[in-house]
Amino acid sequence: MPDSTTPLATRTSPRLRSPFASLSARLPRHRTLLLGITITGLLVLIALLAPWLAPHDPYAQSTANRMIPPVWHAAGSWEHMLGTDRLGRDYLSRLLYGARISLFIGLLAAFISGLIGTTLGVLAGYFGGRVDAVVSYILTTRLALPVVLVALALASLTGGSLIMVTLLLGLLLWDRFTVVARSATVQLRDAEYVQAAQALGASLPYILLREILPNIAPALIVVATLEVANAILLEATLSFLGMGIQPPLPSWGLMIAEGKAYMFFQPWVIAIPGAALFMLVLAINLLGDGLRDISAPGGRDE
Amino acid sequence: MWAFILKRLLVALGVALTISVLSFSLLQISGDLAIAIGGPEATAEQVEQIRQEFGLDRPLIQQFGAWLWNAAQFDFGRSYYYQSSVMELVAERLPVTLTLGFLSLAIAICVSIPLGVAAALKRGSWIDRVAMAIAVTGQAMPNFWFGLTLIIVFAVNLQWFPAAGSESWKGYVLPAIALGYYATPAMMRLTRSGMLEVLQSDYIRTARAKGLSTTSVVFKHALRNAVIPVVALAAVELGFMLGGSVVIETVFSLRGLGHLAWSAISRNDYPVVQAVVLIIALFYIVLTLLADILNAALDPRLRTR
Amino acid sequence: MSNNISTGITNTSAPLLKVTNLQVKLPVAAGTLNAVRGIDFEVQRGEMLCIVGESGCGKSMTSMALMGLLPQRANITASQLNFDGAELLSLTERQRSGLRGSRMAMIFQEPMTALNPAYTLGNQLCEVLRRHRKVSRQQAKERAIYLLGKVGISAAEERLDQYPHQLSGGLRQRIMIAMALMCEPDLIIADEPTTALDVTIQAQILRLLRDLQREFGTAIIFITHDLGVVARIADRVAVMYAGEIVETADTTTLFNAPQHPYTQGLINCIPTPGKTPPGSRLQAIPGVVPSLIGEVKGCAFRNRCSRAEERCTTAPALIQATQAHAVRCHFATSPVPSTAIPCEVLHESHQR
Repeated sequence: MPDSTTPLATRTSPRLRSPFASLSARLPRHRTLLLGITITGLLVLIALLAPWLAPHDPYAQSTANRMIPPVWHAAGSWEHMLGTDRLGRDYLSRLLYGARISLFIGLLAAFISGLIGTTLGVLAGYFGGRVDAVVSYILTTRLALPVVLVALALASLTGGSLIMVTLLLGLLLWDRFTVVARSATVQLRDAEYVQAAQALGASLPYILLREILPNIAPALIVVATLEVANAILLEATLSFLGMGIQPPLPSWGLMIAEGKAYMFFQPWVIAIPGAALFMLVLAINLLGDGLRDISAPGGRDE
Repeated sequence: MWAFILKRLLVALGVALTISVLSFSLLQISGDLAIAIGGPEATAEQVEQIRQEFGLDRPLIQQFGAWLWNAAQFDFGRSYYYQSSVMELVAERLPVTLTLGFLSLAIAICVSIPLGVAAALKRGSWIDRVAMAIAVTGQAMPNFWFGLTLIIVFAVNLQWFPAAGSESWKGYVLPAIALGYYATPAMMRLTRSGMLEVLQSDYIRTARAKGLSTTSVVFKHALRNAVIPVVALAAVELGFMLGGSVVIETVFSLRGLGHLAWSAISRNDYPVVQAVVLIIALFYIVLTLLADILNAALDPRLRTR
Repeated sequence: MSNNISTGITNTSAPLLKVTNLQVKLPVAAGTLNAVRGIDFEVQRGEMLCIVGESGCGKSMTSMALMGLLPQRANITASQLNFDGAELLSLTERQRSGLRGSRMAMIFQEPMTALNPAYTLGNQLCEVLRRHRKVSRQQAKERAIYLLGKVGISAAEERLDQYPHQLSGGLRQRIMIAMALMCEPDLIIADEPTTALDVTIQAQILRLLRDLQREFGTAIIFITHDLGVVARIADRVAVMYAGEIVETADTTTLFNAPQHPYTQGLINCIPTPGKTPPGSRLQAIPGVVPSLIGEVKGCAFRNRCSRAEERCTTAPALIQATQAHAVRCHFATSPVPSTAIPCEVLHESHQR
């Protein structure tokens, strides 16, 4: 063909970029995700470094220094930047140690519920039929249980130790993992590489763990992130209602409960731990939502 | 469609039965019932007598049968603490919780649907940003803390509403806002994404090609289809809110079911606790069943199948 | 609400629709998509004009621009977009929507999704009439029943209470045609109305459209990628390529004496019973359509054209071969043998 070398158009269509390139290109542009990562990272760092950052012993009581307001009040002092509680314990130190409790419970509970939920979801999605029916029945039953109430009752019966509360939350919050793992597995079940593995006689654990799991992992990580936030909120709720973490541990929910009697005159006693809780959960949620946005092809619009 | 409803009904019955087993187990693991009924002063003989009187010496399965038979007739036994019928206590508190639940749902619907529609229509505008901000903060806000903040601002400082109690309608306003805010994000997001999807659809293009007004295109043709899943979600959210009432009722000292359950838990009054758990679960089951039926009724493709 | 906007003096000899230098530009991620690059055509009253071309050539964009259904970010310009005396581009959105459905109606490609699943057919049919004309519910219903009969739907009255999902694709497309006819429009734009249908249903719908057009005297712009369809129904044909009209002629002339190499190529690719040896493979024009993102220089077809030479790097003007036959090609004045374009073997045919 003559003249085929002369460019027809001043611009050719753009080259397709690899998914990884588009992902890393989208990351810096996703401002809320960056914000979520930054704040979460900062709070994790604070939790890890709490013993070195805390100006005082979070458990040290001092009857002489009760209910000192934070530094921005006229009566505040730099000695206790965020004031002290009704037992004279340094509020900032308790807040820093409280971050450890929240994050520990959130991460461990999400891990436990992730194990339960993913197992159920993958089995239901892979086998379908009766297995699916049984799992969906268990799921329906679990959803019908009022989580807060059941968690309260069981926490009260088992005494509300840190480990017990974590276990309880892990046992109750697996529902979203199951839903997501199931639908993701259903989509993969008939994928060619899974069928190829089946045809090659790969063992069932191999197919589930090596072919299915890595491919549904991105979706599960998103759920896990949101579930960490969920577990942190629920722990705070239980502790606030007096059935979760027990004194003298500095759980943020417990700090709010302890400050409740003083809140009319000293609103900062509930404002400070509440704001910390809000910030942590918000940051983790932004992180989760952002991860979902950039991992979905084309970006989900939610 | 009737086959579908029947199938859902059977599943619902099964789930209800499973929950009642769990409820019964909750009562069992709470400790020796005979000692609990007898109270701290009961002698060993009295406890033994109670054990026989209440049939607590029979095999567990028989006890469960008797319990289920009574529960089916709304007899959940007697409260250890109040020494009165659990059902009477529940019946007394239920209206408060239901009022709170429906009010919260009304608030959530009135905020989430218009906001979701506006956000979808003006995608990327300031109203879309406001809607997303409400959704994101709503999911991160601990609702007990939000409730306390409402009390400080509107009850203590502004004195518009009482901080506690259900004597007048005013006592419900703050708790309903606190609880409704909890259900708003999910419904708002679903309305928004549903509207965005529907507005892209071919039948909306047809409606515009017919020269219909924007109002008709948005409200008659788009919203009607986008709102179907939201209605179902609303029913489910009401179930969640009844479950979440334990937190809000405690914060606002509203004497409803949740408050009853919380105080019963702190008093180890487990006949009351198990009854409330079971009743709230039953509400949830009925509401999700209703949601499915409503869904089918609103969608002609399901209705006329 | 004004149902009929002032159209000035209705001159029956003037064309119903006159389009001059219509351009549609769409901002996309990679730049500006020049979807329609300055096209001119006319539609006479009661005429069936076919716009034919491959997907992406701008034919659907043209129809959406005429209806005023393109998204707001689309940039539409034209020296003239005259519908029965009214300049469409200078009308307000309110006036445009007064025309849509009333004097110009549209039928879409996908009957399966073009109807709202939540409402009955009767509701959706009557709605358009009641929007544009002052008629009672009962009158609208009677009109709907009358037209359902016209489009060949039996038991019309019961159908009105049915929902779209209860009907097959062919029936739904008949409903769409009835809906387009509700207000007796002067112009119907049919965008690939038979593409999504089975072949036998396709033939029925084509015949129906042709019959209704004759009966009601409606002008139709029929958009298709299928020259076989064109041959059966068109009065006149406009061939579009890469956002331009490359050839217009009446149907007989176009098929007997096509002048543009692209048109010739398209016609050569139609398998003809008797001419095409049985068992031979379908043919297609080699090469790909140029990207319309950014500016296209010279003749857009030259990279696929066997006759392309140096002068083709400049854009060819529209050449009037005869009074009713215009061609956008440098070679247009010299008659070309219709077999000049070799067609190469096609693996995936364009039959859908």
